Amino acid sequence: MSYMGNKSSLRVIPVKVEPVSSLTPGERSAVLEACARLKRIAGPLIPILHAVQNALTYVPRDAVPLIAAELNLSRAEVHGVVSFYHYFRQEPAGRHVIHVCRAEACQSVGAVALETHAKQALGVDYHHTTADGAISLEPVYCLGNCALGPSVMIDNRLQGRVTAQRFDALVARARAES
Amino acid sequence: MSALKIFVPRDAAAASVGAHEVAEAITREAARRGLEIELVRNGSRGLLWLEPLVEVVTDAGRVGYGPVAPGEVASLFEAGLAQGGAHPLRLGAVEELPQFKSQERLTFARVGVTDPRSVADYLAHGGYRGLKAALTLEPAAIVAQVTESGLRGRGGAAFPAGIKWKTVLATQAEQKYIVCNADEGDSGTFSDRMVLEGDPFVLIEGMTIAGLATGATRGFVYLRWEYPDAKVALDAAIEAATGAGYLGENLCGSGRSFFLEVRLGGGAYICGEETSLLESLEGKRGQVRFKPPLPAIAGLFGKPTVINNVITLASVPVILDRGAEYYKNFGVGRSRGTLPIQLTGNIKHGGLIEKAFGVTLRQLLYDYGGGSLSGRPIRAVQVGGPLGAYMPESQFDTPLDYEAFAAIGAMLGHGGIVVFDDTVDLAAQARYAMEFCAIESCGKCTPCRLGSTRGVEVIDRLVAGENAPKQEKLLRDLCDTMLYGSLCALGGLTPYPVISALNHFPEDFAKPAAAQAV
Repeated sequence: MSYMGNKSSLRVIPVKVEPVSSLTPGERSAVLEACARLKRIAGPLIPILHAVQNALTYVPRDAVPLIAAELNLSRAEVHGVVSFYHYFRQEPAGRHVIHVCRAEACQSVGAVALETHAKQALGVDYHHTTADGAISLEPVYCLGNCALGPSVMIDNRLQGRVTAQRFDALVARARAES
Repeated sequence: MSALKIFVPRDAAAASVGAHEVAEAITREAARRGLEIELVRNGSRGLLWLEPLVEVVTDAGRVGYGPVAPGEVASLFEAGLAQGGAHPLRLGAVEELPQFKSQERLTFARVGVTDPRSVADYLAHGGYRGLKAALTLEPAAIVAQVTESGLRGRGGAAFPAGIKWKTVLATQAEQKYIVCNADEGDSGTFSDRMVLEGDPFVLIEGMTIAGLATGATRGFVYLRWEYPDAKVALDAAIEAATGAGYLGENLCGSGRSFFLEVRLGGGAYICGEETSLLESLEGKRGQVRFKPPLPAIAGLFGKPTVINNVITLASVPVILDRGAEYYKNFGVGRSRGTLPIQLTGNIKHGGLIEKAFGVTLRQLLYDYGGGSLSGRPIRAVQVGGPLGAYMPESQFDTPLDYEAFAAIGAMLGHGGIVVFDDTVDLAAQARYAMEFCAIESCGKCTPCRLGSTRGVEVIDRLVAGENAPKQEKLLRDLCDTMLYGSLCALGGLTPYPVISALNHFPEDFAKPAAAQAV
């Protein structure tokens, strides 16, 4: 057997090296706590992702291998789920999250003008956070307030009949809170 | 003398225009006056233009005031709220208001009336009579009642509920499931949310009956994250129902069991499609499954599963209580019973109207809705969510009936009507339909995944007037491919708003060549 034909005997056996996790001890324990609490329920992954995001405002990239190991899934499977659902963030949120409804019922009463105003007033586009870390801006497709639009949701609180002035007042109030 | 009973809705829509602040102001004002009050946070009556709607129990029934601003609360007390005293905001007896009185409230009978946290109040208003009746029947007899009632899926597909249930009943398995689709993503709809927040027990009762009918012992409510108040209301109701012996092991001493839990979605419109919802519940990406197998045979975790919309399941208790015949006597043609209609968008009197099938769009828009909010002429309505057709004024006499809508290339869907005045640009709306499909496509099938993005581009070129006849032909061809080649309704129905806009409002797509050249 020639040397050339027997490459496999010289193949370097890969050594599994875990990259250093960027998770702080607090973040790591929040992820592990969510897994420990929920991993035995039927279909645990999405409830765990909700719990992690509730605790940390987002699902850190380095939480993915941890969750994968806890649920005996591949990283690809967990990453696939995190990235599929619009709600799960992969970057930290500001202190408040504003979801602006872009759907048709709100469009019929001025949602397009409101979203333009929101972006200008905050100085950020969708999926971004203001420089002072106060507010993240996200689009949403229907908040179920279609007879009282345009609607936004600030954190978990729905707001209807939102004019540009009312939007500014809501933002000012949110900024004052934190 | 008993405490003055005042109702202020807890409903998220009412809260979005200040109901919580009004409730706080009422509590403060009553304390200041040394008045003893009982403040009930009810669901909304659905007369949303009157929110926040304050109701007071008087000798002459429940008298309403609205829309009330927090600053007006003191003046309400000043006017003699306890006696239903005169005030500019006084509406009289709420149930006598013409928009309310002329409804047929079967599924929504208690929404806005009762305290959604109280089992006792639910029982006092006819709750759990459907379950009591079901407990005396064999599973096949319960299924027969649902089939006989003519109830069709209210989520949009309008598939006969009884047929689904019958398949699950006939399929042998050690575990079966009842799944409630509460992923109400269609723009212009909120009837699920109003039931979840305003009368969650009726959904719980409906799901429990479905469990008894099919031999399922576990249920899941798949709820969109955008409805946090509904989550709180439903969790509280499940706990209360379990505490009162209406859920869990040996419910009502029957020896039967039914366990229920709520799961939150992740903001994916596609998860309103039943098979992607099941994937999502299993913890996966919400991608559509091939059918067969039907969920009724191999659904959640591969087990036989009844999957129905909130309104479908919430309509079951009244059918079991009053009988299939009673329910069936409402409606027209093959659309039996009632439909909770949501009148939304640019409309003066928007809200929830539960009516028997057969009412026309024109009656809803003008008799109930009072015309547009802006006061301008109504130019188009979109019925059935983001996948529904845009309908022009010439179609406003269409009765709300699944078949009548299908006959004109439209669909009733989940009963949402979005109103647009004459400032609407239908080409922009058609573009948005394609854009929405591109954002929300699960990516499994090509016509939807790629067709939606190409659709946006073709509409842009069409509107820019780049060889318009060719672009229009291409757009129609693309829509044809999506319509017939997509795996589910998202790609398959996105052509509805696009083609209807193109057919009924061609002028919005055709920019005059001269204007282009300038």
